[in-house]
Amino acid sequence: MAAQLKPGQGPLDYGSRTWLKVLFATIFFILYAPIITLVAFSFNTDKRGVVWRGFTLDNYTKAWNNASLIEALTNSLVIALIATVLATALGALTALLMWRFRFPFKGAYEGFMALPIVIPEICMGVALLLFFVNSGMMEFFVHMPWPLNLGNIIFAHVTFCFPFVAVVVRSRLVGFNRQLEEASKDLGASEWQTFWSIIVPYMKPGLIAGALLAFTLSLDDFVITFFTSGPETVTFPVKVYSLVRRGVSPEINAASTVLIVITVVATVLAMKLQAPPKANKG
Amino acid sequence: MENWKQNPRVFWTLGIPPSLWLLAFFIIPLGFLFVMSFSDKAMVDGQVSITGYDYLTGITNYVRAFDRLYLGIMWKSVWISALATALCLLTAYPIAFGICFAKDKWKPLLLLLVVLPFWINLLIRTYALIAVFRTQGYVNKILGVVGLGPYEMLYNNFAVIFGLVYVYMPFMVLPLYATIERLDKSYLEASLDLGGSQLQTFLRVTVPLTMPGIISGIILVFIPCLGSFLTPDLLGGANALMIGNVIERQFKAANDWPFGAALSFLLMYATFGALALRYLFMLRSKGVDV
Repeated sequence: MAAQLKPGQGPLDYGSRTWLKVLFATIFFILYAPIITLVAFSFNTDKRGVVWRGFTLDNYTKAWNNASLIEALTNSLVIALIATVLATALGALTALLMWRFRFPFKGAYEGFMALPIVIPEICMGVALLLFFVNSGMMEFFVHMPWPLNLGNIIFAHVTFCFPFVAVVVRSRLVGFNRQLEEASKDLGASEWQTFWSIIVPYMKPGLIAGALLAFTLSLDDFVITFFTSGPETVTFPVKVYSLVRRGVSPEINAASTVLIVITVVATVLAMKLQAPPKANKG
Repeated sequence: MENWKQNPRVFWTLGIPPSLWLLAFFIIPLGFLFVMSFSDKAMVDGQVSITGYDYLTGITNYVRAFDRLYLGIMWKSVWISALATALCLLTAYPIAFGICFAKDKWKPLLLLLVVLPFWINLLIRTYALIAVFRTQGYVNKILGVVGLGPYEMLYNNFAVIFGLVYVYMPFMVLPLYATIERLDKSYLEASLDLGGSQLQTFLRVTVPLTMPGIISGIILVFIPCLGSFLTPDLLGGANALMIGNVIERQFKAANDWPFGAALSFLLMYATFGALALRYLFMLRSKGVDV
């Protein structure tokens, strides 16, 4: 009689192999240990952040009272909010265009729209720096009152965010039942009415997911901002960069933790909304 | 899908704003960069001007990019990126494989765990690595308990490669996961039934069948590695320059924009080359979309 296989011992039950579990645990440990220590040590009383000396919120108070850090964070949030609104609008238009129409050179157009996603960030950063300086936009915006002096950075952020929004919204639109649109028009609705009462409500989860994606992308960007920001317009990542170059401090840990929480919440929300609907959905 | 001529008004309303935006803030800036890469600094009264340029003077910047010094840095960028990509593949394959064979209820959580670090600011993740690897960092602390070290683990090639693997690993897991998940498991059973060992099955069935995902992952990781600036800058310091750092220097400290522009375009051509390769492989794998 053949020996019976216990559950989890079949030749294809790789999921229950010990070596794979150990490998998994090791890789996840390496992936998360630095981030977890960073967060943990933001609550540490030790100045040099080397040994654990006790729980405190002092670093957060210190970061909060650091005017330049807060200014940078405010700048980052304002830029991210404005860039998100613009990028979502432009991304939705692109998605609708690609979804609805057939037109000559569509493939080439699609390729162009994907360019900001694929070219190295540093190339885009220096190209925008060159453009802003030579077109006089740098000079023009630098002397504007806040928040208009963030204009250049906002333009740059919208440019690399909206193609991502377009991808997200378009993938949502693929599932749309075009008969709904036809029914609406048959019943006498205009193009505009159909758009607002049929297509936009359907797009909504895609729009929200795209907006959250744009928000995190903008909030996270360092390289492009580094080249397009002036001395007066420092964003949070640029500020952290200049602090990190000077060394490790618990204050940076505290500020970073705040940013991690913001982005993780936004990302998890976006993923929830993007997840394919469970079943029986029209 | 309808022809644009059926409804030109809607077509133009949708198409014009994003196209104009892309033209103004992407295509034209790249055009500026392109022109700059063929230009030189102007000479004013026998001195090199700081802000003036003579436009379209020739290909001297590109010729200079092939100097020994810069060729060395380019070569170094390529091998560091290649090594980082290889290490990403070695760590990501077991992860992707494991997730595919995990219980269904665990899959979304495991995938989220892989992707989540990717959403945390690159700068913060790099900073976290500095805190771990510096001379008074935790790795040296732990080594100290065993009586080793402290070692200087930052500001060398090792730190840059580790940083790149750490940062770009999720890019590798996702395409691998997508292809392994689609792999028909009965091929594996067939191979095992016919007497193939686990290793043979893996090397001769699983790997060839998941090749599209492997290639996709390699290119998705190699491209950002090659163009990376922040990781070599913070973890490598002056000892591990990559092409991105040289470009940054030309635009900031060295103030030689024409040369920086030429280097940027060389980097872009390399990127497009890698993308073209991916496209070719996709065509060859007959529509297995990755």
